[in-house]
Amino acid sequence: MVDLTTLGDDSIAAKGWIKAHKWLILRRLSQLGILALFLTGPVLGVWIVKGNLASSLTLDILPLTDPHVLLQAVLSGVVPETTAIIGVVLVLLFYFVVGGRVYCSWVCPVNMVTDLASWLRRMLGIRTTSQISRNARYWMLALTLILPLVVSGGIIWELINPVSMMFRGIVFGMGATWVVILAVFLFDLLVTKEGWCGRLCPVGAFYNLIGSRSLLRVNASNRAECNDCMECFVVCPEPHVIRPALKGEKKGISPVILSSDCTNCGRCIDICAKDVFSYGGRSVSETKRSNPEVIKKHEVHT
Amino acid sequence: MSDTDKKHGMNRRQFLGNMLKTACGVGLVGMGLGIYSNRASSLPAHYLRPPGALPEEDFLGACIRCGLCVRDCPYDMLFLGEVGDDVATGTPYFVARTGPCEMCEDIPCIAACPTNALDHGLTDIEESRMGLAVVVDQETCIAFHGLRCEVCFNVCPIRGKAITLNMQHNVRSGKHALFIPVVHSEACTGCGLCERACILEEAAIKVFPTDLAKGELGKHYRLGWKEKEKAGKALVTPDVEHKYNLPEGVRYDLQGEGLIIEEKPEETPFSSNPLNSLNSGFLDSK
Repeated sequence: MVDLTTLGDDSIAAKGWIKAHKWLILRRLSQLGILALFLTGPVLGVWIVKGNLASSLTLDILPLTDPHVLLQAVLSGVVPETTAIIGVVLVLLFYFVVGGRVYCSWVCPVNMVTDLASWLRRMLGIRTTSQISRNARYWMLALTLILPLVVSGGIIWELINPVSMMFRGIVFGMGATWVVILAVFLFDLLVTKEGWCGRLCPVGAFYNLIGSRSLLRVNASNRAECNDCMECFVVCPEPHVIRPALKGEKKGISPVILSSDCTNCGRCIDICAKDVFSYGGRSVSETKRSNPEVIKKHEVHT
Repeated sequence: MSDTDKKHGMNRRQFLGNMLKTACGVGLVGMGLGIYSNRASSLPAHYLRPPGALPEEDFLGACIRCGLCVRDCPYDMLFLGEVGDDVATGTPYFVARTGPCEMCEDIPCIAACPTNALDHGLTDIEESRMGLAVVVDQETCIAFHGLRCEVCFNVCPIRGKAITLNMQHNVRSGKHALFIPVVHSEACTGCGLCERACILEEAAIKVFPTDLAKGELGKHYRLGWKEKEKAGKALVTPDVEHKYNLPEGVRYDLQGEGLIIEEKPEETPFSSNPLNSLNSGFLDSK
């Protein structure tokens, strides 16, 4: 059992506070920085990025469009403009390289809410037995894609999508959006551990699929140094992804975390006093060596 | 059955059970969403969509709620629906009374739309149909009281076509005219400038979504005179000029002027104009 009161102390002692929170700080800067880029226009009158995460235009040149929402629009029968198609291709290429769920941990504003809920769960010692499968998000994803086909009234998912609602709320006006955000927060805090991002969110599931072959991966390259403190498992939002890479040496499993569930958030890198983890690339040989059957057996779903 | 088989059987049962649970849960969410979407997709009458917006149902499927149209509107009159508003969350709208469409010639909101939810085929803003203006209250519109206003007529960007003034007799005073504003759907874009300009506390001319503002004639209706015009002749009974038993020099025009007395000039030495006789001596002496 990991002692939650001393969680991260070893890492801070070994590396100093800044280095022990390096990627966390950078992620927050990224999340807030992206919001700031969208907000300079409406607040200061300096337009850098217009629109929101669904579709945006940077400096009147660079279009970026969310592939999940555009796919829903296409399924409900729309023919997108060229700018949207270019925007989608750029986004797909980016996440194809850096890992789809980088969207979740480095871009999505809801991540800050659910991370806070996770942190509070640890601080307050809240334990609930989860009833929701981590695969439920794929069912949710299927639902978001089926609804535009069968129900008239278009992109139904966008009526309640907390991801786009929160971002749009901050950039365009909140209204009662805080109710949705609070619901996600309380759900994660009191009902299910990592309930929203890790089990239900279809947006995350979509990006998960995009980045399933991504080049940028977290690598347990230094796994021989692991002292079994288990703190990485505590802070990881998708803890089942760690075990094969960290503990699979004897089975000949690559030290690269290959599960596309991994959000590349880098918390494991921060929290590890022994510097076991680092960002790295995925090589073709690693893909081959990692027999998915073997990995599946070692993934422990929580 | 060996132990491992038993174990596998349990696992399979568990697996199927879990999957069923998840599927049912997600299915319920889907049903809830479907029902909610029915309520959430009804557009209140005073919320108007930007120019070029597809019919509401298609629009809700095409609009990805990005807000680029809102950002590119130079008059900042477009807004995105917020959670709790009566318009589908994240979709753009404007309210004519407080911020009507100023009808930019280059239609920047359409250019900004990445999905054709605002139809890029629309290039002439005068062809847009954001709604239809209706003079909803003839009891308060001061034109109907015989007062000169005509503000809606004058601010209309398609002046003289979308709103015309019909002159009618002012029965109250008996000697004045009423200048009644009349909206013509073939020209009105529904921009809402008239609604904003209306001088009343609550506008008497309002823009409604077209489907709310327009009636529709039964498909089987045929207007006889139009059919006749199209065919170039009467389609039912041939036109026979009606003969009336009238004295000589008198005609009756049934669909026009009514009774016409074709006066022949009377044979008299005197001019019908009295001035001619009064001035005759004066003119002669000159």
